[in-house]
Amino acid sequence: MSLRAVIVKNILFFSAFISAAVTLGIFVFMAVLGLPLFREGLFLDMLSQPWMPHKNSYGIRPMILSTLSLSFLSVLIAFPLSLGCAAFVSVISPGKAGRFVKSMVGLMTGVPTVIYGFIGVFLLAPLVRDISGRGSGMCILTAAILLAILVSPTMILLFSSAFETIPEGYLRAVDALGGSTVQKFIYVILPHSWKGVLAGVTLSLGRAIGDTMIALMVAGNAVASPASLFDPARPLTSHIAHLIAADFNSLEFKVLFLCGMALYLFTLLSAGLVNILSSGKKKEAL
Amino acid sequence: MRSQRLEFAVTLFSWISALVFLGIMTTLLTYLLIKGAPYLTLALIFGTTSPLDGLLLKQPVLNGLFPAIAGTLLLVFFSVLIALPAGLSAGIYLAEYAKGSVKGFFSLMFDLLAGIPSIVVGLFGFSVTIFLHQRFFGNLYPCLLISSVSLAFLVLPCLIRTTQTALESLPLSLRQTGLALGATPLQNLFRVLLPRALSGIMTGVILAIGRCAEDTAVIMLTGVVVSSGIPKSVFSNYEALPFYIYYISSEYRDRAELGTGYGAALLLLGICGLLYFAAFSINRRFKNAFRKRV
Repeated sequence: MSLRAVIVKNILFFSAFISAAVTLGIFVFMAVLGLPLFREGLFLDMLSQPWMPHKNSYGIRPMILSTLSLSFLSVLIAFPLSLGCAAFVSVISPGKAGRFVKSMVGLMTGVPTVIYGFIGVFLLAPLVRDISGRGSGMCILTAAILLAILVSPTMILLFSSAFETIPEGYLRAVDALGGSTVQKFIYVILPHSWKGVLAGVTLSLGRAIGDTMIALMVAGNAVASPASLFDPARPLTSHIAHLIAADFNSLEFKVLFLCGMALYLFTLLSAGLVNILSSGKKKEAL
Repeated sequence: MRSQRLEFAVTLFSWISALVFLGIMTTLLTYLLIKGAPYLTLALIFGTTSPLDGLLLKQPVLNGLFPAIAGTLLLVFFSVLIALPAGLSAGIYLAEYAKGSVKGFFSLMFDLLAGIPSIVVGLFGFSVTIFLHQRFFGNLYPCLLISSVSLAFLVLPCLIRTTQTALESLPLSLRQTGLALGATPLQNLFRVLLPRALSGIMTGVILAIGRCAEDTAVIMLTGVVVSSGIPKSVFSNYEALPFYIYYISSEYRDRAELGTGYGAALLLLGICGLLYFAAFSINRRFKNAFRKRV
Protein backbone atom coordinates (compact mmCIF):
# COMPACT_ATOMS: atom_id res chain seq x y z
CA MET A 1 0.00 0.00 0.00
CA SER A 2 1.39 3.41 -0.91
CA LEU A 3 1.90 6.11 1.70
CA ARG A 4 -1.07 8.06 0.39
CA ALA A 5 -3.36 5.07 0.69
CA VAL A 6 -2.24 4.54 4.28
CA ILE A 7 -2.85 8.19 5.16
CA VAL A 8 -6.33 8.17 3.61
CA LYS A 9 -7.22 4.96 5.38
CA ASN A 10 -6.11 6.37 8.70
CA ILE A 11 -8.06 9.60 8.21
CA LEU A 12 -11.18 7.61 7.41
CA PHE A 13 -10.66 5.36 10.42
CA PHE A 14 -10.13 8.38 12.63
CA SER A 15 -13.49 9.85 11.53
CA ALA A 16 -15.27 6.62 12.31
CA PHE A 17 -13.46 6.47 15.63
CA ILE A 18 -14.46 10.04 16.56
CA SER A 19 -18.08 9.36 15.61
CA ALA A 20 -18.14 6.24 17.78
CA ALA A 21 -16.44 8.18 20.58
CA VAL A 22 -19.34 10.66 20.57
CA THR A 23 -21.71 7.79 21.31
CA LEU A 24 -19.68 6.64 24.28
CA GLY A 25 -18.77 10.17 25.31
CA ILE A 26 -22.39 11.16 25.85
CA PHE A 27 -22.89 8.32 28.31
CA VAL A 28 -19.58 8.81 30.13
CA PHE A 29 -20.15 12.54 30.50
CA MET A 30 -23.61 12.02 32.01
CA ALA A 31 -22.34 9.27 34.27
CA VAL A 32 -19.51 11.50 35.57
CA LEU A 33 -21.78 14.48 36.21
CA GLY A 34 -24.41 12.26 37.82
CA LEU A 35 -21.78 10.51 39.93
CA PRO A 36 -22.46 12.45 43.16
CA LEU A 37 -25.90 10.81 43.22
CA PHE A 38 -24.36 7.35 43.18
CA ARG A 39 -21.79 8.27 45.78
CA GLU A 40 -24.35 9.52 48.24
CA GLY A 41 -26.23 6.26 47.90
CA LEU A 42 -29.25 8.10 46.56
CA PHE A 43 -29.44 6.07 43.39
CA LEU A 44 -32.09 3.52 44.38
CA ASP A 45 -34.10 6.13 46.25
CA MET A 46 -34.16 8.26 43.13
CA LEU A 47 -35.56 5.45 41.04
CA SER A 48 -38.26 4.46 43.50
CA GLN A 49 -39.43 7.71 45.08
CA PRO A 50 -41.96 10.30 43.94
CA TRP A 51 -40.97 13.80 42.81
CA MET A 52 -41.60 16.27 45.64
CA PRO A 53 -38.88 18.94 45.66
CA HIS A 54 -40.39 20.81 48.62
CA LYS A 55 -40.00 17.64 50.72
CA ASN A 56 -36.49 17.04 49.39
CA SER A 57 -37.60 14.00 47.49
CA TYR A 58 -36.28 13.96 43.94
CA GLY A 59 -37.34 10.51 42.77
CA ILE A 60 -38.09 9.93 39.11
CA ARG A 61 -40.39 6.93 39.46
CA PRO A 62 -43.43 8.83 38.13
CA MET A 63 -41.49 9.91 35.04
CA ILE A 64 -40.24 6.40 34.31
CA LEU A 65 -43.76 5.02 34.69
CA SER A 66 -45.14 7.79 32.44
CA THR A 67 -42.53 7.11 29.77
CA LEU A 68 -43.18 3.37 29.80
CA SER A 69 -46.98 3.56 29.81
CA LEU A 70 -47.06 6.26 27.15
CA SER A 71 -44.69 4.49 24.77
CA PHE A 72 -46.18 1.00 25.16
CA LEU A 73 -49.69 2.36 24.68
CA SER A 74 -48.67 4.23 21.53
CA VAL A 75 -47.02 1.15 20.04
CA LEU A 76 -50.09 -0.89 20.97
CA ILE A 77 -52.23 1.55 18.96
CA ALA A 78 -49.80 1.82 16.05
CA PHE A 79 -49.05 -1.91 15.70
CA PRO A 80 -52.31 -3.22 14.15
CA LEU A 81 -52.65 -0.17 11.90
CA SER A 82 -49.06 -0.50 10.69
CA LEU A 83 -49.30 -4.25 10.17
CA GLY A 84 -52.45 -3.79 8.08
CA CYS A 85 -50.95 -0.96 6.04
CA ALA A 86 -47.68 -2.83 5.45
CA ALA A 87 -49.61 -5.91 4.30
CA PHE A 88 -51.64 -3.70 1.98
CA VAL A 89 -48.58 -1.98 0.54
CA SER A 90 -46.36 -5.00 -0.06
CA VAL A 91 -48.69 -7.99 -0.40
CA ILE A 92 -52.43 -7.40 -0.75
CA SER A 93 -52.31 -4.56 -3.24
CA PRO A 94 -48.73 -3.90 -4.37
CA GLY A 95 -49.84 -2.24 -7.61
CA LYS A 96 -50.83 1.37 -8.15
CA ALA A 97 -52.83 1.73 -4.90
CA GLY A 98 -50.03 0.21 -2.84
CA ARG A 99 -47.39 2.42 -4.42
CA PHE A 100 -49.53 5.49 -3.72
CA VAL A 101 -50.03 4.57 -0.07
CA LYS A 102 -46.32 3.82 0.29
CA SER A 103 -45.25 7.18 -1.06
CA MET A 104 -47.72 8.89 1.28
CA VAL A 105 -46.26 6.89 4.18
CA GLY A 106 -42.81 8.05 3.15
CA LEU A 107 -44.00 11.63 3.06
CA MET A 108 -45.44 11.29 6.56
CA THR A 109 -42.03 10.25 7.93
CA GLY A 110 -40.85 13.75 7.06
CA VAL A 111 -43.51 15.61 9.06
CA PRO A 112 -41.84 17.52 11.92
CA THR A 113 -42.72 16.29 15.42
CA VAL A 114 -43.52 19.78 16.62
CA ILE A 115 -46.33 19.95 14.03
CA TYR A 116 -47.94 16.79 15.44
CA GLY A 117 -47.69 18.43 18.85
CA PHE A 118 -49.24 21.65 17.56
CA ILE A 119 -52.16 19.84 15.94
CA GLY A 120 -52.52 17.77 19.11
CA VAL A 121 -52.89 20.85 21.27
CA PHE A 122 -55.53 22.50 19.11
CA LEU A 123 -57.41 19.60 17.46
CA LEU A 124 -57.06 16.33 19.39
CA ALA A 125 -56.85 17.60 22.98
CA PRO A 126 -60.19 19.49 22.83
CA LEU A 127 -61.75 16.39 21.26
CA VAL A 128 -60.48 14.11 24.02
CA ARG A 129 -61.57 16.66 26.62
CA ASP A 130 -65.12 16.67 25.27
CA ILE A 131 -65.28 12.88 25.15
CA SER A 132 -63.78 12.26 28.57
CA GLY A 133 -65.51 15.26 30.13
CA ARG A 134 -62.65 16.10 32.46
CA GLY A 135 -59.44 18.10 32.62
CA SER A 136 -57.87 19.93 29.70
CA GLY A 137 -57.68 16.98 27.33
CA MET A 138 -53.90 16.92 27.75
CA CYS A 139 -53.43 13.37 28.95
CA ILE A 140 -51.75 10.02 28.34
CA LEU A 141 -54.39 8.99 25.80
CA THR A 142 -54.03 12.13 23.66
CA ALA A 143 -50.24 11.89 23.67
CA ALA A 144 -50.33 8.15 22.93
CA ILE A 145 -52.60 8.62 19.90
CA LEU A 146 -50.29 11.31 18.51
CA LEU A 147 -47.21 9.23 19.21
CA ALA A 148 -48.88 6.33 17.42
CA ILE A 149 -49.43 8.57 14.38
CA LEU A 150 -45.79 9.69 14.67
CA VAL A 151 -44.28 6.19 14.78
CA SER A 152 -46.63 4.36 12.41
CA PRO A 153 -45.03 5.56 9.12
CA THR A 154 -41.63 4.25 10.27
CA MET A 155 -43.26 1.06 11.49
CA ILE A 156 -45.07 0.53 8.17
CA LEU A 157 -41.85 0.97 6.17
CA LEU A 158 -39.93 -1.40 8.47
CA PHE A 159 -42.68 -4.04 8.34
CA SER A 160 -43.03 -3.76 4.60
CA SER A 161 -39.28 -4.18 4.03
CA ALA A 162 -39.41 -7.22 6.34
CA PHE A 163 -42.24 -8.69 4.20
CA GLU A 164 -40.27 -8.02 1.02
CA THR A 165 -37.18 -9.98 2.09
CA ILE A 166 -38.98 -13.33 1.85
CA PRO A 167 -37.14 -15.51 -0.72
CA GLU A 168 -38.79 -15.43 -4.11
CA GLY A 169 -38.85 -19.24 -4.23
CA TYR A 170 -41.22 -19.51 -1.26
CA LEU A 171 -43.71 -17.20 -2.95
CA ARG A 172 -43.46 -19.08 -6.24
CA ALA A 173 -44.12 -22.32 -4.37
CA VAL A 174 -47.39 -20.91 -3.04
CA ASP A 175 -48.34 -19.75 -6.52
CA ALA A 176 -47.57 -23.20 -7.87
CA LEU A 177 -49.83 -24.78 -5.25
CA GLY A 178 -52.63 -22.48 -6.37
CA GLY A 179 -52.56 -20.35 -3.21
CA SER A 180 -54.11 -16.89 -3.24
CA THR A 181 -52.30 -13.68 -2.32
CA VAL A 182 -53.89 -13.56 1.12
CA GLN A 183 -52.96 -17.17 1.78
CA LYS A 184 -49.40 -16.32 0.79
CA PHE A 185 -49.40 -13.55 3.37
CA ILE A 186 -50.99 -15.49 6.24
CA TYR A 187 -49.22 -18.82 5.89
CA VAL A 188 -45.82 -17.92 4.41
CA ILE A 189 -44.83 -14.27 4.68
CA LEU A 190 -46.05 -13.53 8.19
CA PRO A 191 -44.53 -16.62 9.90
CA HIS A 192 -41.21 -16.01 8.14
CA SER A 193 -40.84 -12.33 8.86
CA TRP A 194 -41.59 -12.25 12.59
CA LYS A 195 -38.00 -11.23 13.36
CA GLY A 196 -38.22 -8.21 11.09
CA VAL A 197 -41.61 -7.30 12.54
CA LEU A 198 -40.25 -7.57 16.09
CA ALA A 199 -37.24 -5.42 15.14
CA GLY A 200 -39.63 -2.84 13.68
CA VAL A 201 -41.70 -2.79 16.87
CA THR A 202 -38.55 -2.39 18.98
CA LEU A 203 -37.24 0.51 16.90
CA SER A 204 -40.63 2.23 17.02
CA LEU A 205 -40.80 1.74 20.78
CA GLY A 206 -37.41 3.40 21.06
CA ARG A 207 -38.64 6.29 18.95
CA ALA A 208 -41.75 6.66 21.13
CA ILE A 209 -39.68 6.61 24.33
CA GLY A 210 -37.28 9.21 22.99
CA ASP A 211 -39.82 11.67 21.62
CA THR A 212 -39.83 15.00 23.45
CA MET A 213 -42.16 17.43 21.74
CA ILE A 214 -45.40 15.43 21.91
CA ALA A 215 -44.68 14.46 25.51
CA LEU A 216 -43.95 18.08 26.33
CA MET A 217 -46.87 19.68 24.47
CA VAL A 218 -49.81 17.31 25.00
CA ALA A 219 -49.06 14.83 27.80
CA GLY A 220 -50.29 17.31 30.39
CA ASN A 221 -47.22 17.68 32.60
CA ALA A 222 -48.19 16.31 36.03
CA VAL A 223 -45.46 14.88 38.24
CA ALA A 224 -47.66 12.16 39.78
CA SER A 225 -47.72 8.57 38.56
CA PRO A 226 -50.55 8.24 36.04
CA ALA A 227 -53.37 5.92 37.07
CA SER A 228 -55.75 6.15 34.11
CA LEU A 229 -55.74 6.94 30.41
CA PHE A 230 -57.15 10.39 31.10
CA ASP A 231 -54.49 11.36 33.66
CA PRO A 232 -51.85 13.89 32.72
CA ALA A 233 -48.23 12.75 32.87
CA ARG A 234 -44.65 13.96 32.58
CA PRO A 235 -42.36 11.48 30.82
CA LEU A 236 -38.55 11.51 31.25
CA THR A 237 -37.95 13.50 28.09
CA SER A 238 -40.25 16.37 29.00
CA HIS A 239 -38.93 16.27 32.58
CA ILE A 240 -35.51 17.15 31.16
CA ALA A 241 -36.98 19.92 29.02
CA HIS A 242 -38.84 21.38 32.01
CA LEU A 243 -35.95 21.42 34.45
CA ILE A 244 -33.22 22.71 32.20
CA ALA A 245 -33.54 26.14 33.79
CA ALA A 246 -32.70 24.80 37.26
CA ASP A 247 -29.40 25.68 38.94
CA PHE A 248 -26.59 23.62 37.41
CA ASN A 249 -25.17 22.51 40.77
CA SER A 250 -28.49 21.70 42.44
CA LEU A 251 -29.68 18.21 43.20
CA GLU A 252 -32.68 18.90 40.96
CA PHE A 253 -30.36 19.35 38.00
CA LYS A 254 -28.20 16.32 38.78
CA VAL A 255 -31.31 14.17 38.60
CA LEU A 256 -31.55 15.13 34.91
CA PHE A 257 -28.42 13.08 34.26
CA LEU A 258 -30.17 10.13 35.83
CA CYS A 259 -33.10 10.71 33.44
CA GLY A 260 -30.65 10.98 30.57
CA MET A 261 -28.95 7.75 31.55
CA ALA A 262 -32.29 5.97 31.88
CA LEU A 263 -33.21 7.07 28.34
CA TYR A 264 -29.76 6.06 27.13
CA LEU A 265 -30.18 2.60 28.64
CA PHE A 266 -33.59 2.16 27.00
CA THR A 267 -31.89 3.00 23.69
CA LEU A 268 -29.06 0.57 24.38
CA LEU A 269 -31.54 -2.22 25.10
CA SER A 270 -33.51 -1.64 21.93
CA ALA A 271 -30.40 -1.25 19.72
CA GLY A 272 -29.01 -4.47 21.20
CA LEU A 273 -32.24 -6.36 20.58
CA VAL A 274 -32.47 -5.13 16.99
CA ASN A 275 -28.83 -6.10 16.47
CA ILE A 276 -29.48 -9.66 17.71
CA LEU A 277 -32.60 -9.99 15.56
CA SER A 278 -30.92 -8.80 12.38
CA SER A 279 -27.71 -10.82 12.87
CA GLY A 280 -29.86 -13.95 13.16
CA LYS A 281 -31.41 -13.07 9.82
CA LYS A 282 -28.02 -12.89 8.11
CA LYS A 283 -27.07 -16.37 9.28
CA GLU A 284 -30.35 -17.76 8.03
CA ALA A 285 -29.75 -16.26 4.61
CA LEU A 286 -26.38 -17.98 4.32
CA MET B 1 -64.78 -22.54 5.76
CA ARG B 2 -63.11 -21.05 8.82
CA SER B 3 -59.87 -20.40 6.99
CA GLN B 4 -61.78 -18.66 4.22
CA ARG B 5 -63.37 -16.35 6.76
CA LEU B 6 -59.91 -15.61 8.21
CA GLU B 7 -58.54 -14.79 4.77
CA PHE B 8 -61.43 -12.46 4.06
CA ALA B 9 -60.98 -10.77 7.45
CA VAL B 10 -57.26 -10.22 6.83
CA THR B 11 -57.87 -8.68 3.41
CA LEU B 12 -60.61 -6.45 4.78
CA PHE B 13 -58.45 -5.42 7.72
CA SER B 14 -55.54 -4.44 5.51
CA TRP B 15 -57.80 -2.34 3.28
CA ILE B 16 -59.32 -0.64 6.32
CA SER B 17 -55.87 0.08 7.79
CA ALA B 18 -54.70 1.71 4.57
CA LEU B 19 -57.86 3.82 4.39
CA VAL B 20 -57.60 4.82 8.07
CA PHE B 21 -53.99 5.85 7.52
CA LEU B 22 -54.87 7.95 4.49
CA GLY B 23 -57.81 9.40 6.43
CA ILE B 24 -55.64 10.47 9.35
CA MET B 25 -53.12 12.01 6.99
CA THR B 26 -55.73 13.94 5.03
CA THR B 27 -57.36 15.18 8.24
CA LEU B 28 -54.08 16.53 9.61
CA LEU B 29 -53.04 18.22 6.38
CA THR B 30 -56.47 19.70 5.66
CA TYR B 31 -56.79 21.01 9.20
CA LEU B 32 -53.43 22.75 8.98
CA LEU B 33 -54.14 24.05 5.49
CA ILE B 34 -57.55 25.50 6.38
CA LYS B 35 -56.27 27.13 9.55
CA GLY B 36 -52.92 28.30 8.23
CA ALA B 37 -53.48 29.26 4.58
CA PRO B 38 -55.12 32.64 5.29
CA TYR B 39 -52.00 33.68 7.20
CA LEU B 40 -49.53 32.71 4.49
CA THR B 41 -48.72 36.20 3.30
CA LEU B 42 -45.57 38.28 3.01
CA ALA B 43 -46.63 40.01 6.23
CA LEU B 44 -46.27 36.69 8.06
CA ILE B 45 -42.60 36.66 7.18
CA PHE B 46 -41.65 40.33 7.20
CA GLY B 47 -44.29 41.89 9.46
CA THR B 48 -44.51 45.62 8.91
CA THR B 49 -40.96 45.94 7.55
CA SER B 50 -40.70 46.12 3.78
CA PRO B 51 -39.55 42.74 2.39
CA LEU B 52 -36.56 44.18 0.53
CA ASP B 53 -35.23 46.05 3.56
CA GLY B 54 -35.70 42.94 5.66
CA LEU B 55 -33.90 40.68 3.21
CA LEU B 56 -30.97 43.07 2.87
CA LEU B 57 -30.81 43.37 6.67
CA LYS B 58 -31.28 47.16 6.40
CA GLN B 59 -34.08 47.10 8.94
CA PRO B 60 -34.71 44.51 11.63
CA VAL B 61 -37.90 42.48 11.19
CA LEU B 62 -39.69 42.77 14.51
CA ASN B 63 -43.06 41.11 14.06
CA GLY B 64 -42.46 38.54 11.34
CA LEU B 65 -40.96 35.08 10.96
CA PHE B 66 -37.92 36.25 8.99
CA PRO B 67 -35.44 35.99 11.91
CA ALA B 68 -36.77 32.50 12.75
CA ILE B 69 -36.39 31.34 9.14
CA ALA B 70 -32.89 32.84 8.93
CA GLY B 71 -31.99 31.16 12.23
CA THR B 72 -33.19 27.79 11.00
CA LEU B 73 -31.25 28.16 7.73
CA LEU B 74 -28.04 29.14 9.54
CA LEU B 75 -28.51 26.25 11.95
CA VAL B 76 -28.94 23.78 9.09
CA PHE B 77 -25.92 25.20 7.28
CA PHE B 78 -23.53 25.00 10.23
CA SER B 79 -24.76 21.61 11.46
CA VAL B 80 -24.37 19.96 8.05
CA LEU B 81 -21.03 21.71 7.56
CA ILE B 82 -19.77 20.17 10.80
CA ALA B 83 -21.33 16.73 10.34
CA LEU B 84 -20.59 16.22 6.64
CA PRO B 85 -16.79 15.58 6.64
CA ALA B 86 -16.95 13.17 9.60
CA GLY B 87 -20.11 11.47 8.35
CA LEU B 88 -18.81 10.89 4.81
CA SER B 89 -15.39 9.64 5.93
CA ALA B 90 -16.86 7.31 8.54
CA GLY B 91 -19.34 5.99 5.97
CA ILE B 92 -16.58 5.34 3.43
CA TYR B 93 -14.48 3.63 6.09
CA LEU B 94 -17.38 1.38 7.07
CA ALA B 95 -18.19 0.43 3.47
CA GLU B 96 -14.71 0.02 2.04
CA TYR B 97 -12.24 -0.74 4.83
CA ALA B 98 -13.89 -2.04 8.00
CA LYS B 99 -14.24 -5.80 8.32
CA GLY B 100 -15.41 -8.41 10.81
CA SER B 101 -15.71 -7.41 14.45
CA VAL B 102 -14.41 -3.86 13.89
CA LYS B 103 -17.26 -3.27 11.45
CA GLY B 104 -19.71 -4.87 13.88
CA PHE B 105 -18.54 -2.62 16.70
CA PHE B 106 -18.80 0.57 14.65
CA SER B 107 -22.20 -0.46 13.29
CA LEU B 108 -23.52 -0.99 16.79
CA MET B 109 -22.12 2.37 17.93
CA PHE B 110 -23.79 4.21 15.05
CA ASP B 111 -27.10 2.38 15.54
CA LEU B 112 -26.92 3.39 19.17
CA LEU B 113 -26.15 7.02 18.31
CA ALA B 114 -29.07 7.03 15.87
CA GLY B 115 -31.36 5.85 18.66
CA ILE B 116 -30.31 8.29 21.39
CA PRO B 117 -33.24 10.65 22.02
CA SER B 118 -32.57 14.17 20.79
CA ILE B 119 -33.31 15.62 24.23
CA VAL B 120 -30.41 13.57 25.64
CA VAL B 121 -28.10 14.96 22.96
CA GLY B 122 -29.40 18.41 23.90
CA LEU B 123 -28.76 17.76 27.58
CA PHE B 124 -25.24 16.66 26.68
CA GLY B 125 -24.62 19.82 24.64
CA PHE B 126 -26.01 22.01 27.40
CA SER B 127 -23.99 20.41 30.20
CA VAL B 128 -20.77 20.46 28.19
CA THR B 129 -21.34 24.16 27.57
CA ILE B 130 -21.92 24.89 31.25
CA PHE B 131 -18.91 22.75 32.16
CA LEU B 132 -16.68 24.67 29.73
CA HIS B 133 -18.18 27.95 30.92
CA GLN B 134 -17.34 27.21 34.56
CA ARG B 135 -13.89 25.78 33.99
CA PHE B 136 -12.39 27.34 30.89
CA PHE B 137 -14.30 29.92 28.84
CA GLY B 138 -16.13 32.35 31.08
CA ASN B 139 -18.00 34.00 28.21
CA LEU B 140 -19.27 30.84 26.52
CA TYR B 141 -23.05 30.42 26.74
CA PRO B 142 -25.54 28.28 24.83
CA CYS B 143 -25.48 29.70 21.30
CA LEU B 144 -25.79 28.96 17.59
CA LEU B 145 -22.44 27.15 17.54
CA ILE B 146 -23.34 24.84 20.44
CA SER B 147 -26.69 24.00 18.82
CA SER B 148 -25.01 23.28 15.49
CA VAL B 149 -22.47 20.94 17.05
CA SER B 150 -25.18 19.10 19.01
CA LEU B 151 -27.37 18.78 15.91
CA ALA B 152 -24.32 17.54 13.99
CA PHE B 153 -24.05 14.66 16.49
CA LEU B 154 -27.73 13.95 15.93
CA VAL B 155 -27.51 13.66 12.13
CA LEU B 156 -24.11 11.97 12.01
CA PRO B 157 -25.49 8.39 11.98
CA CYS B 158 -27.90 9.26 9.13
CA LEU B 159 -25.00 10.56 6.98
CA ILE B 160 -22.78 7.59 7.82
CA ARG B 161 -25.48 5.04 7.03
CA THR B 162 -26.54 6.52 3.68
CA THR B 163 -22.92 6.90 2.54
CA GLN B 164 -22.20 3.32 3.52
CA THR B 165 -25.33 1.96 1.83
CA ALA B 166 -24.72 3.99 -1.35
CA LEU B 167 -21.21 2.58 -1.69
CA GLU B 168 -22.16 -0.98 -0.78
CA SER B 169 -25.00 -1.08 -3.28
CA LEU B 170 -22.71 -0.33 -6.24
CA PRO B 171 -22.59 -3.37 -8.55
CA LEU B 172 -19.56 -5.63 -8.31
CA SER B 173 -18.80 -5.23 -12.04
CA LEU B 174 -18.32 -1.48 -11.55
CA ARG B 175 -16.10 -2.14 -8.56
CA GLN B 176 -13.80 -4.45 -10.52
CA THR B 177 -13.57 -2.61 -13.84
CA GLY B 178 -11.33 0.17 -12.54
CA LEU B 179 -9.09 -2.27 -10.73
CA ALA B 180 -8.84 -4.49 -13.81
CA LEU B 181 -7.72 -1.48 -15.85
CA GLY B 182 -4.87 -0.96 -13.43
CA ALA B 183 -6.23 1.71 -11.10
CA THR B 184 -5.03 1.60 -7.51
CA PRO B 185 -7.77 0.95 -4.92
CA LEU B 186 -7.54 4.60 -3.89
CA GLN B 187 -7.99 5.87 -7.44
CA ASN B 188 -10.84 3.44 -7.87
CA LEU B 189 -12.52 4.78 -4.74
CA PHE B 190 -12.19 8.49 -5.56
CA ARG B 191 -12.52 8.43 -9.37
CA VAL B 192 -15.08 5.65 -9.87
CA LEU B 193 -16.97 4.57 -6.77
CA LEU B 194 -17.56 7.89 -4.99
CA PRO B 195 -18.78 9.80 -8.07
CA ARG B 196 -21.16 6.90 -8.78
CA ALA B 197 -22.46 6.89 -5.20
CA LEU B 198 -22.82 10.66 -5.10
CA SER B 199 -26.57 10.87 -5.62
CA GLY B 200 -27.13 8.18 -3.02
CA ILE B 201 -25.03 10.21 -0.62
CA MET B 202 -27.00 13.35 -1.53
CA THR B 203 -30.16 11.62 -0.33
CA GLY B 204 -28.57 11.26 3.10
CA VAL B 205 -27.49 14.90 3.13
CA ILE B 206 -31.01 16.06 2.32
CA LEU B 207 -32.49 13.83 5.01
CA ALA B 208 -29.96 15.29 7.45
CA ILE B 209 -30.97 18.82 6.44
CA GLY B 210 -34.62 17.94 7.11
CA ARG B 211 -33.75 16.52 10.51
CA CYS B 212 -31.84 19.72 11.44
CA ALA B 213 -34.68 21.93 10.23
CA GLU B 214 -37.36 20.13 12.24
CA ASP B 215 -35.60 19.29 15.49
CA THR B 216 -36.84 21.22 18.48
CA ALA B 217 -35.64 19.33 21.54
CA VAL B 218 -31.92 19.85 20.96
CA ILE B 219 -32.07 23.54 20.19
CA MET B 220 -34.44 24.20 23.10
CA LEU B 221 -31.63 23.22 25.45
CA THR B 222 -28.75 24.77 23.58
CA GLY B 223 -29.48 28.39 22.81
CA VAL B 224 -32.65 29.08 20.85
CA VAL B 225 -34.70 32.02 22.16
CA VAL B 226 -38.08 33.54 21.36
CA SER B 227 -36.78 36.88 20.17
CA SER B 228 -33.24 37.83 19.20
CA GLY B 229 -33.29 39.00 15.59
CA ILE B 230 -30.77 37.72 13.06
CA PRO B 231 -27.77 36.22 14.95
CA LYS B 232 -24.69 38.42 14.70
CA SER B 233 -22.15 35.64 15.18
CA VAL B 234 -22.06 31.91 15.91
CA PHE B 235 -21.77 32.83 19.58
CA SER B 236 -25.10 34.63 19.80
CA ASN B 237 -28.60 33.39 20.47
CA TYR B 238 -30.96 32.82 17.56
CA GLU B 239 -34.58 32.13 16.68
CA ALA B 240 -35.83 29.02 14.89
CA LEU B 241 -39.05 28.05 13.14
CA PRO B 242 -39.89 24.84 15.08
CA PHE B 243 -39.21 26.51 18.41
CA TYR B 244 -41.49 29.40 17.44
CA ILE B 245 -44.29 26.91 16.72
CA TYR B 246 -43.77 25.27 20.11
CA TYR B 247 -43.68 28.65 21.85
CA ILE B 248 -46.89 29.84 20.21
CA SER B 249 -48.75 26.65 21.13
CA SER B 250 -48.20 27.33 24.83
CA GLU B 251 -47.88 31.12 25.11
CA TYR B 252 -50.08 32.71 22.44
CA ARG B 253 -51.86 35.85 23.55
CA ASP B 254 -54.55 36.37 20.90
CA ARG B 255 -56.07 34.91 17.74
CA ALA B 256 -53.69 36.75 15.42
CA GLU B 257 -50.64 35.38 17.19
CA LEU B 258 -52.10 31.88 17.12
CA GLY B 259 -52.66 32.41 13.39
CA THR B 260 -48.96 33.10 12.85
CA GLY B 261 -48.34 29.79 14.65
CA TYR B 262 -50.49 27.98 12.07
CA GLY B 263 -48.72 29.88 9.30
CA ALA B 264 -45.32 28.92 10.69
CA ALA B 265 -46.38 25.27 10.99
CA LEU B 266 -47.51 25.26 7.36
CA LEU B 267 -44.26 26.90 6.30
CA LEU B 268 -42.13 24.34 8.15
CA LEU B 269 -44.23 21.50 6.76
CA GLY B 270 -43.72 22.89 3.26
CA ILE B 271 -39.94 23.09 3.73
CA CYS B 272 -39.74 19.53 5.07
CA GLY B 273 -42.07 18.25 2.32
CA LEU B 274 -39.89 19.82 -0.39
CA LEU B 275 -36.75 18.32 1.15
CA TYR B 276 -38.44 14.93 1.28
CA PHE B 277 -39.43 15.09 -2.39
CA ALA B 278 -35.90 16.12 -3.36
CA ALA B 279 -34.44 13.17 -1.46
CA PHE B 280 -37.07 10.85 -2.90
CA SER B 281 -36.47 11.78 -6.54
CA ILE B 282 -32.67 11.73 -6.25
CA ASN B 283 -32.88 8.33 -4.61
CA ARG B 284 -35.11 6.99 -7.37
CA ARG B 285 -32.79 8.27 -10.09
CA PHE B 286 -29.85 6.66 -8.27
CA LYS B 287 -31.62 3.31 -8.23
CA ASN B 288 -32.78 3.53 -11.86
CA ALA B 289 -29.28 4.36 -13.10
CA PHE B 290 -28.09 0.92 -12.03
CA ARG B 291 -31.18 -0.98 -13.02
CA LYS B 292 -30.67 0.08 -16.64
CA ARG B 293 -27.03 -0.98 -16.55
CA VAL B 294 -27.85 -4.51 -15.37
